[in-house]
Amino acid sequence: MEKFTLDGTPKTPTINFDLGSGVLEIKGRSIPENSIEFYKPLVDNLEKYGTSPKPTTTVNVQLEYFNTSSSKCILDVFKKLEAIHKGGSSVTINWHYEEDDEDMLEAGEDYQAIISVPFKMVQVAE
Amino acid sequence: MSENLEFMMLDLFDFYDKMERNNILLSFKGDITSDLLTSILQIMESKMDNFQEEPKTKKKVYNVLVECLQNLYHHMDEAPTDSGEYGRSAIFMIGKLDGAYNVITGNYILNENVSGLKNRLDEVNSLTKEELKEYHKQILNNGEMSLKGGGGLGMVDIARKTGQKLHYTFQPIDEKVSFFSLNIKVTLNQ
Repeated sequence: MEKFTLDGTPKTPTINFDLGSGVLEIKGRSIPENSIEFYKPLVDNLEKYGTSPKPTTTVNVQLEYFNTSSSKCILDVFKKLEAIHKGGSSVTINWHYEEDDEDMLEAGEDYQAIISVPFKMVQVAE
Repeated sequence: MSENLEFMMLDLFDFYDKMERNNILLSFKGDITSDLLTSILQIMESKMDNFQEEPKTKKKVYNVLVECLQNLYHHMDEAPTDSGEYGRSAIFMIGKLDGAYNVITGNYILNENVSGLKNRLDEVNSLTKEELKEYHKQILNNGEMSLKGGGGLGMVDIARKTGQKLHYTFQPIDEKVSFFSLNIKVTLNQ
């Protein structure tokens, strides 16, 4: 089964995208200076996956920090997922935030307001 | 020669004393590189761990630091030097005073860019919390993606996360550049 994975660094998140099972995980920190360059391979893989997606697609986002340039790229990722959702795969985005991290919860709600994909806000312990 | 040395020593104590009185935790002057930012962020994280700051405070300060320092990295213009040339250089300081973290940055900006930046800062400062949230969503959703970053999201994000006005000054230097100073305050336990 085809997979796209990137190991995390102090400035970039771990990415595990199992195209065979339709599960995408983004976890860690996303504060690179050049976010577009970092997210391009993921966006490309989502585009490829979108041509024949699984019946359900699960996305787990668990970010500790992200910078504003990443926020635009994350929106691009979600827009690809929105297209996949409209294209027949049932997409769910699980947005994780640490207890007390209101800023991260609010960031998830901002995306939820923009993107027509079911979001679940998942609280995790610190 | 010895006179010069003596002068520099006096000057250095003056620097030290001012920094001590303002409780500066870290300061840097020079070119802002990606590796430098990685190191600075690591140092500040361990300092905040040592101070046993609450996770909430740590996150806010860290976020504001990332935006402020990456603003410098992406946007600082070249500075005039003694030889009449221009080179990349900026200054920043991080302090903790009277129950607040202060992130202070200074960089050169081309005179032609001053009014554009000033208008953007004034606009951000004129908005309420709710308006900032809407403005943020609007730029995120409709704004053009810039190669350099978030296309103006940084300042909005800083204002939202700190809940404070952005304090800034522009100091005219010569016919080509001005010096832009920004002072961001992150209050604890807000």
